[in-house]
Amino acid sequence: MAAMGALLKFGALLLAAVAACVAWEDGDVWDYDGHKLKDSDFLALWPLPQKVQSSAVSFQLSASRFQFTHAEGSSAGSDCSILQNAFRRYFDYIFGFTKKDRDQRRRNAAGSEVLELQVAITSPDAECDGFPSLTSDESYELSVDQPSAVLKAPKVWGALRGLETFSQLVYEDAYDVIAMTNVLNFSVFPDFPRFAHRGVLLDSSRHYLPLKVILANLEAMAMNKYNVFHWHISDDQSFPYVSRMFPDLSQKGSYHPYTHVYTPADVKMVIEFARMRGIRVIAEFDTPGHTQSWGFGQKDLLTPCYTGSSPSGTYGPVNPILNTTYDFMAGFFKEISTVFPDAYVHLGGDEVDFSCWKSNPDIQKFMDQQGFGKDYSKLESFYIQRLLDIVSSTDKGYMVWQEVFDNGVKLKMDTLIHVWKGNEAQYQAEMARVTGAGYRTLLSTPWYLNRISYGQDWRDAYKADPCNFTGTDAQKKLVIGGEACLWGEYVDASNLTPRLWPRASAVAERLWSDQGVRDISDAYVRLVQHRCRMVERGIPAEPLFTGYCRHEYSGV
Amino acid sequence: MSSRCNLRFLIPGLALLLGGVPSVLAVWPQPQQIRNSAERYSLSARAFLFKHADVSAVRSGCDVLDQAFTRYFTLIFPESGGGGTGGAHNRYFWTEADPFTVEVNVAEGPCDGYPAEGSIENYKLTVSPGQAVLTSVTVWGALRGLESLSQLVEQDDYGAYYINKTEIEDFPRFQFRGLLLDTSRHYLPLQAILKTLDAMAYSKLNVFHWHIVDDPSFPYQSRKYPDLSKKGAYHPFTHIYTQTDVRRVIEHARLRGIRVLAEFDSPGHTQSWGNGQPSLLTPCYRGDVPSGTYGPVNPILDSTYVFMANLLKEVTSVFPDSYIHLGGDEVDFSCWKSNPDIKAFMKKMGFGSDFTKLESFYMQNIVNISTMLNRSSVVWQDVFDYHEIIPKDTVLEIWKGLPEEYQKELSRITKAGHRVLLSAPWYINHISYGQDWRNSYTVQPQNFSGTEEQKKLVIGGEVCMWGEYVDATNLSPRLWPRACAAAERLWSDEVQTSSVDQAFPRLTDFRCRLLRRGIQAEPLYVGHCKNEYQGI
Repeated sequence: MAAMGALLKFGALLLAAVAACVAWEDGDVWDYDGHKLKDSDFLALWPLPQKVQSSAVSFQLSASRFQFTHAEGSSAGSDCSILQNAFRRYFDYIFGFTKKDRDQRRRNAAGSEVLELQVAITSPDAECDGFPSLTSDESYELSVDQPSAVLKAPKVWGALRGLETFSQLVYEDAYDVIAMTNVLNFSVFPDFPRFAHRGVLLDSSRHYLPLKVILANLEAMAMNKYNVFHWHISDDQSFPYVSRMFPDLSQKGSYHPYTHVYTPADVKMVIEFARMRGIRVIAEFDTPGHTQSWGFGQKDLLTPCYTGSSPSGTYGPVNPILNTTYDFMAGFFKEISTVFPDAYVHLGGDEVDFSCWKSNPDIQKFMDQQGFGKDYSKLESFYIQRLLDIVSSTDKGYMVWQEVFDNGVKLKMDTLIHVWKGNEAQYQAEMARVTGAGYRTLLSTPWYLNRISYGQDWRDAYKADPCNFTGTDAQKKLVIGGEACLWGEYVDASNLTPRLWPRASAVAERLWSDQGVRDISDAYVRLVQHRCRMVERGIPAEPLFTGYCRHEYSGV
Repeated sequence: MSSRCNLRFLIPGLALLLGGVPSVLAVWPQPQQIRNSAERYSLSARAFLFKHADVSAVRSGCDVLDQAFTRYFTLIFPESGGGGTGGAHNRYFWTEADPFTVEVNVAEGPCDGYPAEGSIENYKLTVSPGQAVLTSVTVWGALRGLESLSQLVEQDDYGAYYINKTEIEDFPRFQFRGLLLDTSRHYLPLQAILKTLDAMAYSKLNVFHWHIVDDPSFPYQSRKYPDLSKKGAYHPFTHIYTQTDVRRVIEHARLRGIRVLAEFDSPGHTQSWGNGQPSLLTPCYRGDVPSGTYGPVNPILDSTYVFMANLLKEVTSVFPDSYIHLGGDEVDFSCWKSNPDIKAFMKKMGFGSDFTKLESFYMQNIVNISTMLNRSSVVWQDVFDYHEIIPKDTVLEIWKGLPEEYQKELSRITKAGHRVLLSAPWYINHISYGQDWRNSYTVQPQNFSGTEEQKKLVIGGEVCMWGEYVDATNLSPRLWPRACAAAERLWSDEVQTSSVDQAFPRLTDFRCRLLRRGIQAEPLYVGHCKNEYQGI
């Protein structure tokens, strides 16, 4: 909060300084609420860093002179492809609208110039060739001065976050359209995320999402300092993942075996594209429910449902009583563990419908043998238990939806429990229970962004806090973050991006910024600008309310 | 698979390809009468021709049709890129399709006019071996028929095009089928408007209601009053519609048989006008002193009416349609109440403290101006609710309330003999989770208590996409295919299209067709399209 005060004060000072150069008398820019927009309003950091200090000094940047450089002594150099690619990306973001260097006229008008941003990776291993993980260090420090600005980070992951912040400090001068000077103000801050797991879930089963859409959303995620792409890749409706070992799964289970699938090359591309942005890719292969599409390409995997004493021809969840099921799962998850480098895989485990199991005489017999009585959640646990053992043997950790915990399945202590159900009181109680049992957890319930309503529903998303539950400090520490979920029933390439952004940005700030950053009217002012910035960068992020962006979306 | 392949080879002309009728044989909106048969004819871009019938009153040189032919050729054969070389498929399979001719016979000219109130959009389409015959009274009807024809063309699993033997006799249920865009809350780049017009034509909507200005911004660049946009637009150069832009919208619409109904809403919703037109708005008072804020248009000054007459004169010279929308909704009286000059005027006029009388007085004057300019006025229902005397040819647009409320309003307004447009159930800027198009679909615009004569006064309706939460980033997927539900309600026979569940597969199919045509239409539910949207 103190930090914001400083920002606002700076804004006023800058306005005073700039007033002298207003050449175009009718050129005031105002928003709908009657606020005259100031230069500083274009300086909207999102998510808000842990600490911001700024002074009244502003600097110019010139597209023809500005450079990103590796600082002397940095453990990353020009062979660090993550940084090299990031430099190009952020150069484009910063100078996107001023490629032609037209700032000569204003060169000395607004003070001195920043000629370079030196990037220093301070730990011996920069992790240039690694993958981001749950424990990656994303902290960074940024100081802006002329002629050199300096970005220091222990690892490349922090440097990526710092580059994003640096790019958000640059703005176009609102008053002098001709010069389009880029001005940068002076800031120093050590910044780091509040939560280690900040995710977005996309569902590529209810609707197939072309690769381009996934990549564009990874771009948008990086702009919001998200670091986990939760890929809910398969479900009842379709199985678009092309498995090397079980090609029939997508051949027969996708919407279309050639046009609506993700080939190994596609998956690799997503993972690498994400890595370049410090984003983990956690694949979810949800079982034993949500698996209708698996059945087409894998005979006998699903439970045959019965009407009376004969099979009805329909199928239910994965058949948990056959050895072949577990052989298949072992083979399949072995492949998954090599394809997806992340240390975690999401195993689903939600919403298992017991009616088909109940109808099947073989299952009933098995229930009797195992002494499960009529408690089908025991059967579900039996399945999950064996699946967890299989996945553990591939050296992966796992995430599961909360039902798995609720049903009392024995879980390894490093299991991540994903809370998604209930109203506020219910999910808070669940968070307390899960952490009370010593498990780490992440929250999604208040962030089911596929649920839409008229008006500014980002406000509700913004207000929710994963640590708002009754529990000890030790319990709160077990909360590793949360995920914004965009389930796909009503979403495909045609509407995904504007539906997700900037609504997911609200969640991003909750997960990155300090717990005390809660002023929603301040957030509104910054988020309006942040969404325009995303639009300028080619992301069709929808408006929060009446108003405009200087550069409207042009991809119609 | 292989046997069908052989069959195609054996019968190159594909005059009669046996095989399943596609799951959905759909034209959206549903024609009044359509007879399909399983008999189908192959089409090839290389042997497909539009031509004017010898007896047609319209010949080549008719830009509405010439351009429609080009457009629909590309829509029918998207892979041809308009070059007429046929799909990639044809290069690999030797097929020699029989030539197919679409003969268009229009009974009456002209071609260079504008679609208007009362334009006859009826058409008849017969698809038989080797040809389709399309007859209509006007070119506008021919456009509707071409649209239906294009929707009859399907592609088989091999990418080959075919059309089924079909007879259609079709006409719209309502003559006014509109769509409102709001370019004031958010500026919509020209491209977004033109795209919307394309999709309107695909859905047979025929009026673009351009809510061009409002409180937040004034993007219309006036010839006579350039300060209105210079000072009232979000940005005086990038967030405006120049005269050229407006002409382009009107022409793009005309070529698709779409009228452009401009709305200059007053006396409320005019905050942005005040920036460029000093003394137009009422100064509000706090106690005895002006507070520095402004209210609705100042109705007591002669200068107001001079300005409005000049502006509307310009507007009517720019927008050719015989209707003009004058707004008149949601006037907030608090500022008028605070102003001593207004109070004095009220007293002088004997209005007492009834500010609706003042509003009436203003609207009366504005409607008179529009009458003098030879225009029929369209106004929001508020104008009817507050005043007794309005010219008979004024069209009222209903935008408020739940069904039972708007049904009562329909009764009242038609009883008073006014024509009426229904929008209340079609405010599709209001979104909710799930398939809300179903609510739009089940609307019954003529279901209210009234005589047959009264029912006839319902001339149509409008889908409204107000702009508070909508700009170029999300406009298209929010509009389409949700607006298609109202489009069918306004075009098709209500009895034939009473089942929303039967509409679902047809609309699902139509939505994929929109996608293929480059309209960013969102999904109705889980599923897929052969050609997914390729942007982001």
